[in-house]
Amino acid sequence: MSEATDTRIPVTVLTGYLGAGKTTLLNRILSENHGKRYAVIVNEFGEIGIDNDLLVESDEEVYEMNNGCICCTVRGDLIRTVENLMKRKGAFDAIIVETTGIADPAPVAQTFFMDDDVRKAARLDAVVAVVDARHVETRLKDTREAEDQIAFSDVILLNKTDLVDAAELARVEALVRKINPYAKLVRSERCAVSLSEVLDRGAFDLDRILDLDPQFLKKAEDAHSHEHAHDHEHDHSCCDHDSSCCGHDHKHDHNHNHNHKHDHAHDEHHVCGADCDHDHSHDEDEGLHTVKSISLRAGDLDPQKFFPWINEVTQLQGPNILRLKGILAFKGDEQRYVLQGVHMIVEGDHQREWKPDEARDSRLVFIGRELDHEALKQAFLACVA
Amino acid sequence: MPVIAPLDTDSFVVFAAFLGDVAAFALGDGTVRFVGGSESITPVYQDGLLAAISGGDGKSLITGGMDGKVYRVTAEGAAELIAEKPRKWIDKLAVGPQNAVAYASGRTAWVRLKDGSEKEIQLPRAVGGLAFAPKGMRLVTSRYDGVTMHWITASGDAQELFWKGAHGDVCYSPDGKYLITAMQENALHGWRLSDAQDMRMTGYPAKTKSMSWSAKGKYLATSGAQAAILWPFTGKNGPMGQQPLQLGARGDSMVSQVCCHPKEDMLCVGYEDGMILAVRFEDNAEVLLRRPGGGPVSAMAWDKAGTRLAFGTEEGQAGIISIEG
Repeated sequence: MSEATDTRIPVTVLTGYLGAGKTTLLNRILSENHGKRYAVIVNEFGEIGIDNDLLVESDEEVYEMNNGCICCTVRGDLIRTVENLMKRKGAFDAIIVETTGIADPAPVAQTFFMDDDVRKAARLDAVVAVVDARHVETRLKDTREAEDQIAFSDVILLNKTDLVDAAELARVEALVRKINPYAKLVRSERCAVSLSEVLDRGAFDLDRILDLDPQFLKKAEDAHSHEHAHDHEHDHSCCDHDSSCCGHDHKHDHNHNHNHKHDHAHDEHHVCGADCDHDHSHDEDEGLHTVKSISLRAGDLDPQKFFPWINEVTQLQGPNILRLKGILAFKGDEQRYVLQGVHMIVEGDHQREWKPDEARDSRLVFIGRELDHEALKQAFLACVA
Repeated sequence: MPVIAPLDTDSFVVFAAFLGDVAAFALGDGTVRFVGGSESITPVYQDGLLAAISGGDGKSLITGGMDGKVYRVTAEGAAELIAEKPRKWIDKLAVGPQNAVAYASGRTAWVRLKDGSEKEIQLPRAVGGLAFAPKGMRLVTSRYDGVTMHWITASGDAQELFWKGAHGDVCYSPDGKYLITAMQENALHGWRLSDAQDMRMTGYPAKTKSMSWSAKGKYLATSGAQAAILWPFTGKNGPMGQQPLQLGARGDSMVSQVCCHPKEDMLCVGYEDGMILAVRFEDNAEVLLRRPGGGPVSAMAWDKAGTRLAFGTEEGQAGIISIEG
């Protein structure tokens, strides 16, 4: 869906540990004179100092979708709140969801993919993590959530940089980068950032997946040229998203029939050549954190091999995959195919034609836990056409 | 020929009902509009209205809003404050015997009795839907993994019924023998209350958001597919082992609202493209009542005689369709 025709309400998710500065950022967004009206969903009214008509307190109500996937969790309260907000359509321009400090960001994000009504009304714009430069090291040592929040984010606001010295800041930044090299990292004091750094990022917009190079390698601000796709076939592949069944049957039983097929046959075990020149990121664990990112590269792929494989990987390893992004070249296909995922949810679409001066590289990035780099690499290379 | 008296608003039509001869439209912008005789607008909420239902007395609506207030609104334009829960969104309502009104927000449900007293019910999970049993002061709340039935005035333990998944809107069959919920998973779930027998009603491509019992409780009509799906409740076993009727099937639009005729075996079917059809159960004969336009049909109600239908859409088009004359 291109931006020109996408009338869905953009949603920004704010995560961050208690005390990192989420409320400060929220107050900034609400008080700045930008002419936009926000509906804000908070867990607690707490310190929100701004009088906002559409400010709602919502108890986080995480539940599993009844489809057999253990990681297909959604925020039931968000489904309901978005549904309710649609009765006031026109009264606001965007939605901001503030999560509790210890929240897992995945159910929030998944809500915008798993629920058809929410998906129709709203689109996830970006997940923003506010990170306290002074305390993040300690947080990462004692909690998994702090690491999840960083790993999951599209934008990381490294806040309270005035409370650390240059050496400490460099160390913290490297630490954050190691968990998530692909997010946009912004330094701030008291969350004083230009709001365009945080809002309207289009991070989940397939049209805007332009580059998968780690952000720290980039010299300048990321290219903001928006190439719009011409072709829009949406292939949403999601676990058990089976909406084809229209025969109304009526069963009388006490059990659930999960038609969730887990195919355990690993049928492609090709051996990778010794001189494969895709990049090898460091994945030696230092014990401090367990999330790592894996970046894979290959040439033209065979879609008949790739799609079954990516479906299998996300179904079997979904719980360990926090985020997934890819730009792919399929043999005989003039267009770039872009892909993104959250746990077991994967969606992809043709984006635009490959440019003449562009190398037809297939790039795939996983951010997650307990992922076997070598096995993923081998299987990915086995998809080469 | 059906004749439409249109009413243009610019706000989501949350609910429609007839209060005697007057049609009432509750809108997302916080107002209630009355049509019939002279048109009038009653502003009830500043922020927004989230839910409305018929008041049980045939003369009023009960409304819930973003400011946490619950009102009883009459056709004369009076709005009586029934309850106020600051900073809560009241989006679930039910009316019961003896003017009892139930309202819920998040994990709390309240019942206000005729004498003005209020009973609070705290639940471990968010309330997905509310309904009173047709007899006795008994309230059911749906939730994740099932429903809970609470005695309001009598003593007695709450009764729980389990079925995995998230349950939303809930209703009793008019004879009180069955309990039905609409689930997040594009299915209905039902229980036969005499023996807690589970009933699965599946096959919907989308969530069911509208349920309507036909005259004498013979069928439960539902939205969530490209036809209105009507489950038979005539036999001893309810819909178990039976095929539902599929009425008003279209290839190009989903059904968003259903509303059974108060007397005859006929219903109105509202679609996501704004079309409304009247369809007879017996032979699936269809009459076009409204052409597409104005967004999904979001509210429909018959008058008592079954000669006029009030309707509204998500984009604020509303009106009254006269079937005869």
